[in-house]
Amino acid sequence: MTKRFSVVGQPLPKIDAWGKVTGDTRYADDLVLPRMAFGKLLRSPHAHARITRIDTTRATSVPGVYAVITGADLPRVKFGILPVSQDEEALCTDKVRMVGDAVAAVAAVDEETADRACRLIEVDYEPLPALMSIQESLAHPEVRIHEYGDGPNVHKNVALQFGDVEAAFAAADLVREDVFFYEGNTHLPMEQHAAVAHATPDGKLTLWSSTQTPHYVHRLLAKILDMSAAHIRVIAAPVGGGFGGKLDPFAHEIAACRLSQLIGRPVKIACTREEVFYIHRGRHPVLMWIKTGFTKAGDITGCHLKTWLDGGAYGSYGVASTFYTGVINPVTYKMPVYKFEGARIFTNKPPCGPKRGHGTPQPRFALEVQLDKAAEQLGLDPADMRRRILVEPFTKTANHLTVTTIGLGECIDKVVEASGWRDKHPRYHAAAQSEAGKPLWQPRRRRGIGMACSSYMTGAGTAIYWNSMPHSGVVLRADRSGGVTVLCGATDIGQGSDSILAYLVAEVLGIDPKDVHVHPADTSLTPVDLGSYSSRVTLMCGQAAIQAAERLRAAIFKAVGAKLEVPVDTLAARERKIGAPNDWDRAVDFAKAVELGEAMHGVLAFAGSYAPPKRAGKYKGGGVGPSPCYSYSACVVELSVDEDTGEAELHDVWIAHDIGRALNPLLVEGQVEGSVYMGIGEAVMEAQVFRKHVHKAPSMLEYKSPTTLETPEIHTILVETDDPEGPFGAKEAGQGPLLPVMPAIANAIYQAVGVRVDEIPITPEKVLKGLEAKRQGKPARVGPDRVPLFTFKEPLVVESAFGAPADAIAVRPFADEKI
Amino acid sequence: MNIRISLTVNGESHDLLVPVHKMLLEVLREDLDLIGTKHGCELGECGTCTVLVNGAPVLSCLALPADLQESEVTTVEGLADGGRLHPLQQAFAELGAAQCGYCTPGILLTAKALLADDPIPTRQRIREALAGNLCRCTGYTKILDAVELAALRMTRVPA
Repeated sequence: MTKRFSVVGQPLPKIDAWGKVTGDTRYADDLVLPRMAFGKLLRSPHAHARITRIDTTRATSVPGVYAVITGADLPRVKFGILPVSQDEEALCTDKVRMVGDAVAAVAAVDEETADRACRLIEVDYEPLPALMSIQESLAHPEVRIHEYGDGPNVHKNVALQFGDVEAAFAAADLVREDVFFYEGNTHLPMEQHAAVAHATPDGKLTLWSSTQTPHYVHRLLAKILDMSAAHIRVIAAPVGGGFGGKLDPFAHEIAACRLSQLIGRPVKIACTREEVFYIHRGRHPVLMWIKTGFTKAGDITGCHLKTWLDGGAYGSYGVASTFYTGVINPVTYKMPVYKFEGARIFTNKPPCGPKRGHGTPQPRFALEVQLDKAAEQLGLDPADMRRRILVEPFTKTANHLTVTTIGLGECIDKVVEASGWRDKHPRYHAAAQSEAGKPLWQPRRRRGIGMACSSYMTGAGTAIYWNSMPHSGVVLRADRSGGVTVLCGATDIGQGSDSILAYLVAEVLGIDPKDVHVHPADTSLTPVDLGSYSSRVTLMCGQAAIQAAERLRAAIFKAVGAKLEVPVDTLAARERKIGAPNDWDRAVDFAKAVELGEAMHGVLAFAGSYAPPKRAGKYKGGGVGPSPCYSYSACVVELSVDEDTGEAELHDVWIAHDIGRALNPLLVEGQVEGSVYMGIGEAVMEAQVFRKHVHKAPSMLEYKSPTTLETPEIHTILVETDDPEGPFGAKEAGQGPLLPVMPAIANAIYQAVGVRVDEIPITPEKVLKGLEAKRQGKPARVGPDRVPLFTFKEPLVVESAFGAPADAIAVRPFADEKI
Repeated sequence: MNIRISLTVNGESHDLLVPVHKMLLEVLREDLDLIGTKHGCELGECGTCTVLVNGAPVLSCLALPADLQESEVTTVEGLADGGRLHPLQQAFAELGAAQCGYCTPGILLTAKALLADDPIPTRQRIREALAGNLCRCTGYTKILDAVELAALRMTRVPA
């Protein structure tokens, strides 16, 4: 049955597009309040040091300085986004663990004065040995970055086994072991983090911030400032790009709050670009070892993955990141048996955390490149091989994740068709073989085409803190004008979540999205949404919005039915009217219907709630990975490589994405294109790396990211599977399409020049190194060749759930609650 | 030390007394309340703060007002004609070329300068003109599409 929609599926402009093209949108740094002071943080120049003395006397005496604070001016509590990793201080008291750790803060009449005062704060440090890599941290257990964790400098050590991997390898025709490295990189949002805090004499506090998660910031501020959360209000300003980089509570937010409390003025702290590089929380550098067994036909018999994450100086989301490097891979291909071991290591660098794809691009790169190598060895077409081993819909994976719909087969078919894969793949392959001895004077650019696939969660199945409450809530209020107001804690970070709320409510009520006012996230006004992370907002807020709108519609239908003297179940809502389709002339205007509704029921305000199905695997660690449904992407990249410079020029990217249903195809395409772009940056140039103890490239110029000139044409194809878990069938789009890009590029480069760069980013230097090795008759591979000496935990052995029928679908808590 | 400067911004003339080292970006944002022009790096690397000075794109974070006496400055607030959006603004909104929107003002102004110079630019020419404006959200695709659409609408002979 095809569903008929009026708003859903239309390529409408975003509701906030007009403010964004006129410059009216007010981001956090655009807020100016009367009497507002400006704050600055003093940050550590040492990667690891004990603080022996802080003297703020000189800074305090600077004219125009209102206050100078250190950690002594804050309650002595440690905090962290995850309950299991409470290891941060807004202003360090005893020890700094990275260059960029904040130690003091100033509020002054203007930014320049605050900056000058910061330089007059005297801090004595006693430097400690700095550990700047996984290897260093493991080699020096006598130097402890933190006193907690699963061992000296080991933040987390996990091992899970689902079935007998050794037996699976014994049954295979081909067993491959490969080692990969994925360098860290950062979000680089165009907007630098900024916050404005306003403490008032009644003991209350308001914080406006460029945050992706006002709810978690709200909760943690109460703990950090030791005050009641009821007296704190967090308002999410429109976010100028997040990508996961604005998901923790940060020093500048906390310092602005405390300074405002002390000086009785609003305080703004806007971070510099260099500070944003040190705030980080971006992609973990991950070293990976992956062993997979294949049959001659290309079936996977089993897979064993080990990951070592360079976590940086703090926990942040790291425990989740560690699990994510292991748990999502089995969602794509039939993997009957699976073993995963992972460890996150502390180092004296800015903490890593959740960047778009959170922990999954790294193992995805390893798996998809390994599949490509196996396909070549087995003489199989990489597209056909993937096509035949896809996970069956509505089954469970080895690690007990329930897969619902899967449109990956269609995605593969579509990109194969659109890219001309059947012609190009064998042709470029043959050319690469036959031109092996091409003379020097001939053009030395070689073409290649490569493929990879991926899958990603549509929202994490569990919250960051354990609870049974909704993950998303919506309150809808209908106005006598015919307008409807949506109150929801969702944070629009540019992805269009506010617009999605307006579209869904308009669809259910038969009105125009323009009639819907969406109020931005405000912890005093809007019901909780957990935040813009894990691709959860469209699905979770969307379902809550639909539920609220259906409740509102039911109330209005009851009143209109009474007025028209027709049964409620014959009524329809469309074209801003409510009436019986077979007697549409008598249909009443929506505004009139609201009046009738209000006359019958009183104020028309209805709530909707959503919590994901409870599908956590019944084992420790089973809470990371479950999701209402998974999105799927297939990607083909065509490029050419200059053998003289090693440079890869990308020509075209074809990507097909299983979106479930495109609520607005324009916004979905935008998410897919942005993901592909960001994947290209990661694949060939972006790197968050350090020289001695400092960031090697803490500026937009030195940290290379793709411009219009490096970004190729991106051809997006949307595949709809109408998933029973999604709002009108929709899945996520914001993260999944990034994942196949890096391995597809690696596979294309290999086809072009026969060089395997098993390391991200694939820079021209690495390609040249591989070409040089090839010329010398050595293996044309660039990448890590060893793994750390490290003992993983004894694995928790759980029976594989592979192929078992899916858990119950579309079972939703709160669905039947009568309001 | 303060300096007196005279600027025409979005058609309105202003006489201002500002510190001699204060950049055009801050003068626009702080002295004239034109917050549509954004900070991205303050180092002239990202293009976010682009405005037009006498019709040419300039990075306002690197421009000293003292050097711009009597110049005509256009910011994003000056793009629309009263209540009517510029075709670039209209196209950017319609095609989803603004996601987080933070780079949008700078890109709109760079594109305006391009279209003044080349009313029907090729896609490659648009890429070259916008190469100094970073965008992290869109993958540039919808931005290129929107500039093309605006160019088409602006050159179409009215019926």
